[in-house]
Amino acid sequence: MLDVDRSTPPVLLHHGEQFRLERLPADRSRIVYPPEPLPGLDDPDAAIRRAIEEPIDSEPLRELLFPDMRLTIAFDDISLPLPKMRRPDIRQRVIEAVLDVAADVGVDDIHLIAALALHRRMTEAELRHSVGDRVYDAFAPRGQLYNHDAEDPDGMTVIGETRHGEEVQISTRAATSDLIVYVNLNLVSMDGGWKSTATGLSGYQGLRHHHNVATMRATRSFMDQDRSELHRSNWRQGAVLRDAGIKVFQIETTVNNDLFGDGPLAVLAKREWEWTPRDRATFMGVKAGLDRMTPGGRRRILHSWEAPYALTSVQAGEVEAVHRITTEHVYDQQLVAVEGQTDVVLYGLPYVGPYNVNSIMNPILVMCLGLGYFFNMYRGRPVVREGGVLIMTHPTTDEFHPVHHPSYIDFFEQVLAETTDPIEIERRYEVGYAEDEWYRHLYRTSYAYHGVHPFYMWYWGSHALEHLGGVVVVGGDPATVRRLGFRPASTLADALEIASDLVGPSPSITYVKNPPIGMADVT
Amino acid sequence: MKALVIDRDLPRFGAARLAAGLGASPGTRAGPLRLRDDVEPPGLPGPDWIRLRPRTSGICGSDLATVQGRSSRWFEPIVSFPFVPGHEIVADDPDGRRVVVEPVLGCVARGVTPVCPACAEGRIGNCGLLGHGHLAAGLQTGYCCDTGGGWSEELVAHRSQLHEVPDELDDHDALMVEPTACALHGALAAEIGPGDTVAVLGAGTLGYLAVAAVARWSAPLRLLVSARHPHQRDLVRSLAGDAVTPEVCGPDALDRAARRATASQAVGAPGHSGARLSGGVDVTIDCVGSTESITQALAVTRPGGRVIMVGMPGVETLDLTPLWQREIAVRGAYAYGIETVAGQRIRTFDLAFELVASHRLGRLVSATYPLERHRDALDHAANAGRRGGTKVAFDLHAPDHPAGRTLKGRR
Repeated sequence: MLDVDRSTPPVLLHHGEQFRLERLPADRSRIVYPPEPLPGLDDPDAAIRRAIEEPIDSEPLRELLFPDMRLTIAFDDISLPLPKMRRPDIRQRVIEAVLDVAADVGVDDIHLIAALALHRRMTEAELRHSVGDRVYDAFAPRGQLYNHDAEDPDGMTVIGETRHGEEVQISTRAATSDLIVYVNLNLVSMDGGWKSTATGLSGYQGLRHHHNVATMRATRSFMDQDRSELHRSNWRQGAVLRDAGIKVFQIETTVNNDLFGDGPLAVLAKREWEWTPRDRATFMGVKAGLDRMTPGGRRRILHSWEAPYALTSVQAGEVEAVHRITTEHVYDQQLVAVEGQTDVVLYGLPYVGPYNVNSIMNPILVMCLGLGYFFNMYRGRPVVREGGVLIMTHPTTDEFHPVHHPSYIDFFEQVLAETTDPIEIERRYEVGYAEDEWYRHLYRTSYAYHGVHPFYMWYWGSHALEHLGGVVVVGGDPATVRRLGFRPASTLADALEIASDLVGPSPSITYVKNPPIGMADVT
Repeated sequence: MKALVIDRDLPRFGAARLAAGLGASPGTRAGPLRLRDDVEPPGLPGPDWIRLRPRTSGICGSDLATVQGRSSRWFEPIVSFPFVPGHEIVADDPDGRRVVVEPVLGCVARGVTPVCPACAEGRIGNCGLLGHGHLAAGLQTGYCCDTGGGWSEELVAHRSQLHEVPDELDDHDALMVEPTACALHGALAAEIGPGDTVAVLGAGTLGYLAVAAVARWSAPLRLLVSARHPHQRDLVRSLAGDAVTPEVCGPDALDRAARRATASQAVGAPGHSGARLSGGVDVTIDCVGSTESITQALAVTRPGGRVIMVGMPGVETLDLTPLWQREIAVRGAYAYGIETVAGQRIRTFDLAFELVASHRLGRLVSATYPLERHRDALDHAANAGRRGGTKVAFDLHAPDHPAGRTLKGRR
């Protein structure tokens, strides 16, 4: 963390597919930088083999397999990691290791499912990137590698209910398998645990019990499982799965913070006061290049970036035992101690979030990234005090990917035109979108997020909406920003002026720089 | 007397049509409309005709089309030059009564006996003898050289055209009676059922009034309204009242709204060219009458549905294939006459008075201008939606007239 004084240089803020350099007010601003990347494991493949041979609170994978069994390997979808990783993807390494053991044992009935819940289906190229060509070519042509379909009337099974009345619904193939091997890529501490199976292989019937406003408002934060109603609900659903005899062999992996490597983007991971003249020149060159490009051109360039993450841990075995260790590894990489809350928190939103990989970050996803993910990257207390102001920088244009986000367009046009109140949105509109046959059709046959997905994005920000006194978007399209219920500002200075009206003059400011990913441990 | 006059000046009509392509203002300036102060008041064409002094007279979409040379040549045989425009008229009669003029010049006004079959049935808007009797050709007051029009200091009208204004209505309420009659005639022609989904295209004067009429007499299950400007949303809501909660969206979003409202499937992305809905709304009321609006009406109406054209079209070029392939019925809705409501035959104007009174529709009058500022008035009317207004009118009270409220200076 850095306290800003008069000698502090302008700092870099992500601004969607562009960048901004902003000077922060001296003597009342501080910068929370993400931690440096941890060293990766020397031999990832050996670590993976060791994890499945010597699992935690479980028999080794080999002993859970038998020749005539039904084996389902589920894996995290394209929403992880961000940005995507260089080949070979860790999922490929883990799946190949699992398949080697299965082949040794003589298991034939193997299905691989992209556990995408209500996310969009992955394309062939995206699946190949995740699992590798060898796995794809061996299983996809025979219909044994596919995207989860939560709306398949013959493909989903309700396992039971929790003591809270929460239905537990997962893929029938998974439910009727002798073993589910779930391959996780735990990018942040929200990921993994029972959330993998209970959410990733579920559908609307199961998800609605925790993907709702009440749950999200009782979740402080969804990155802190000990204070997350979202996780408690998933864990209750997991218990129902376990009690129903559904066996899950959980494999979780963590990666370091090396998003930008040593190439031209390395400067993005450096602290501005450590920039060399060469870094500065590189940055100005990259910025000028992007600024001159069309939005489509910028998007193509940036989404093609593949991060050189290194594997920092892999653990396998019983779901909850594995997940406790995984979470510690995530925290080791990402936690940053932050003392005290701030009046104003500042975020620079980058070009990609979990739901716009190879796509467009539409206004609803801007809200979700800023007020959902970034705001919730805390343990203890939010970085910004109650009634404080969140300022984020992003162009926030009225632009949507028509194939990936069709129901988002309607959500923006119909729902947000009426109200931005999550409770009212949930009450008046959710079921209609969730049960819309056209959205179902597009989710199942095209590459569309489920009709209800924009609602979940809005709910993801509902804790922040309740906590904050105001939200200001710097550089956003004014009409679009207002439709979101936020205030537009053309410059950071204007945004701070607006914030001062809400929190008083000379507010304290905390700029949380992300990416790379950091998580504030606020005392 | 002072009056705005349109002469049969073909070069000016042509110039106006060309200039209108550059915008409403150039079209008006190039057009055939002229302010003159030497116009002879019209003579009384026959018995039961009286003189009227206009108090206020509105500017309608058809007036704008005329002064900008955009009207169809269909009208040529059924208008007579030179004429004084203005068919939305509130006036004083010689006995000092305030009256609204029902401007259609049917057989009774023309002194034609026996009256034509349409007039005999009360469908005076469909009168087939618009060039007969003791009047020159003219489908309405405001398009006939013998009657004068509302954009002047004096005109003549047949007693059958007059409706006395009750005291509880002010001049602006009264001014809205004629356009309200047009809109509700279209709304009732749509024969909307209680389970229907209806789309109203356009949130100008006719669109607003159609919403009010639909909500009052045949509230559908769902009502979609396309409105280009954000301020129009609240007004649409207030006009619909408690009968139905309309979903108001921009014209670009109507396809998607229709898909949602009717649980339709879509081929292609709604809102993008090439998109097709599997279903659509039962009834579309087009209160615009442009190529774009008619095309959209055909795109959002379900197979076998109905499109009611309330807004006046001109010469439009569009693809009618969806009309054919989806077996959509298109019906015009011009003027007024006799309506059947709950089994009762009632004059459209009587229903219009009721709707105006219950909704205080005079609030839709956004600004009035003297005749001298006719160019400003016409520019304002052509851009009313963009400028946050709806109905623009001429204020014709004499300077010493004890006029009611005026809206000079209001938006």
